[in-house]
Amino acid sequence: MTQFIDQIFVLGMQWLLNYVPAGARSLVSAIVCVVAVVIVFPLLFAITTWLERKGLGRIQNRFGPNRVGPWGLLQPIADAIKSLTKEDIVPIQADHVVHFLAPVLLVAAAFLAYAVLPVGRNMVLVNLDAGVLFFFAVGSTMELAVFMAGWSSRSKYSLLGAMRAVAQMISYEVPMVLASVVVIMQAGSLSTASIVDRQAGYTGIWPHWFVFTPWGIVGFTLFMIAATAESNRSPFDLPEGESEIIAGYYIEYSGFKFALFFLGEYLGMFATSGMAITLFLGGWSAPLSVLTFIPSYIWFFAKLVTLICGFIWIRGTLPRLRMDQLMNLAWEFILPMALINMLVAGIWHLMPAGPLRWLVCSAIVAIPCILLGIGLKHKKKFQVRTYRYAE
Amino acid sequence: MVGDGILKGLAETARNFLGSYVSKDRLITVQYPEERIPQIEAARSFPFLVYDGPDWQAGMRCVGCQICEKECPPKCILIKKSADKKPDAVGKPQFYPAVFDIDISVCMSCQICVEVCPFDAIKMDVDYDLGTGDRFGGLLLDKQRLSKSNDYYHHIHPTEAAAVDAQLAAERAKVKAAADAKAAAAAKVAAPPQTQPISGEPK
Repeated sequence: MTQFIDQIFVLGMQWLLNYVPAGARSLVSAIVCVVAVVIVFPLLFAITTWLERKGLGRIQNRFGPNRVGPWGLLQPIADAIKSLTKEDIVPIQADHVVHFLAPVLLVAAAFLAYAVLPVGRNMVLVNLDAGVLFFFAVGSTMELAVFMAGWSSRSKYSLLGAMRAVAQMISYEVPMVLASVVVIMQAGSLSTASIVDRQAGYTGIWPHWFVFTPWGIVGFTLFMIAATAESNRSPFDLPEGESEIIAGYYIEYSGFKFALFFLGEYLGMFATSGMAITLFLGGWSAPLSVLTFIPSYIWFFAKLVTLICGFIWIRGTLPRLRMDQLMNLAWEFILPMALINMLVAGIWHLMPAGPLRWLVCSAIVAIPCILLGIGLKHKKKFQVRTYRYAE
Repeated sequence: MVGDGILKGLAETARNFLGSYVSKDRLITVQYPEERIPQIEAARSFPFLVYDGPDWQAGMRCVGCQICEKECPPKCILIKKSADKKPDAVGKPQFYPAVFDIDISVCMSCQICVEVCPFDAIKMDVDYDLGTGDRFGGLLLDKQRLSKSNDYYHHIHPTEAAAVDAQLAAERAKVKAAADAKAAAAAKVAAPPQTQPISGEPK
């Protein structure tokens, strides 16, 4: 019975395909999968906007939305109707084609990333051999969309926001990929499905998730920091920078195109969170062996919502970084740590299992982390700022 | 240690998040349409016209002198003075404003019109529920919408209204006394022509 509920979507799909002529099967199967992704994740986006506004409100001792529906639950629908009925204004100087294409490309790229995410047992849309590679390749398309938006708007704020966004996303893509390399080293595969399968076993009741290893926890932390920066969320929301450049690259967008940017950004966040779950948190596998009766897709979405809540919590806590702090963090802390972490993963692989392996690997990770932290703290010098041109 | 500040911050926000569900004191938001903060007596929003007695047209204190219109910094007042005169609250014939409009989308609530009015005819209201779907007509208040009774004035600004009433009563008493004295003097002056011939009769 649990087996049946776990596989209900897979079996449903097979049942549906039995009624389809053999020639059209792959097409119908693709369409059904795409429709499912296009429905489920925007729905999650709607719930997340509500959750975020409620959570941030409570963190700031406010109520948050509470007017539309019970506890303001219908607020996302009201927002959607509002953004659909708003006037779509395109600046007269803008490059109309690129201005129109940018949000479309952003959302399309965000959706593409879900193709390789295993959301449940046997529930991955395409089990690519190079799934992780595909994910990062598609993720970097979003940078192009962002720069298209900034460039085509013909506004200095847009352009500044886009420049910041591209600089930030490229800088953080490097540590993000390097942080995930450790998992690929350990799993010996780039396929997301087999990475999850590697983590699905249990010792006693405890799972074999990669996050429960020294290199795993460090990799996960680095990956999540980079993912926050990659999805332009606070404290790395410089591209938007509401108090500095109003809304960054999408300042010249209104109505539903603006909503599409929002959607794309959140979808990107879900996708990277989903990737973090796949790589480090065991994908769809249950956290304890006694909990395996709960269907796998529920576990995946439970983990996803937990990570989203973490993002909201971080957003409610930390102030925005400065541009130089942002770059220093990426290149002077996260990147070296990611490289050291790769070394640790190698040592972990070669050493015999036991407490000694734990001790050695933890020490190799912890000592550079502390040293780098101290070094970065001492590097901070306060001095009188001199202006060369603005006297 | 790297990141201990972040952990402290996370703990603080978590405390606020959970605390807002536990203690009601944290949620200081006043849910406006249902809840309102009681206003202080000196609160003010936009001007209104005071009238005495039950009828707003008969009891209108304003005499259309147009001082407020001239003094208004953003020029939101439009007054057209009447051609005829009507008796005011005390029965004296006065001009009255044929048109008195205030555009509250322009008004800046500076209260200068109130300060300059010699007749205590214009005062500041406290009503702020003036939202409207018609952003031109709905915010252009005409004479009828501006007129509010003296009782209402007493209700919103009791201290100030009492002082104004006392002053008005004193002024009216003074005017009445002066009128009485004048009448008496006139009577005295009027009497001699009658008595003079009498007094001159013996001559």
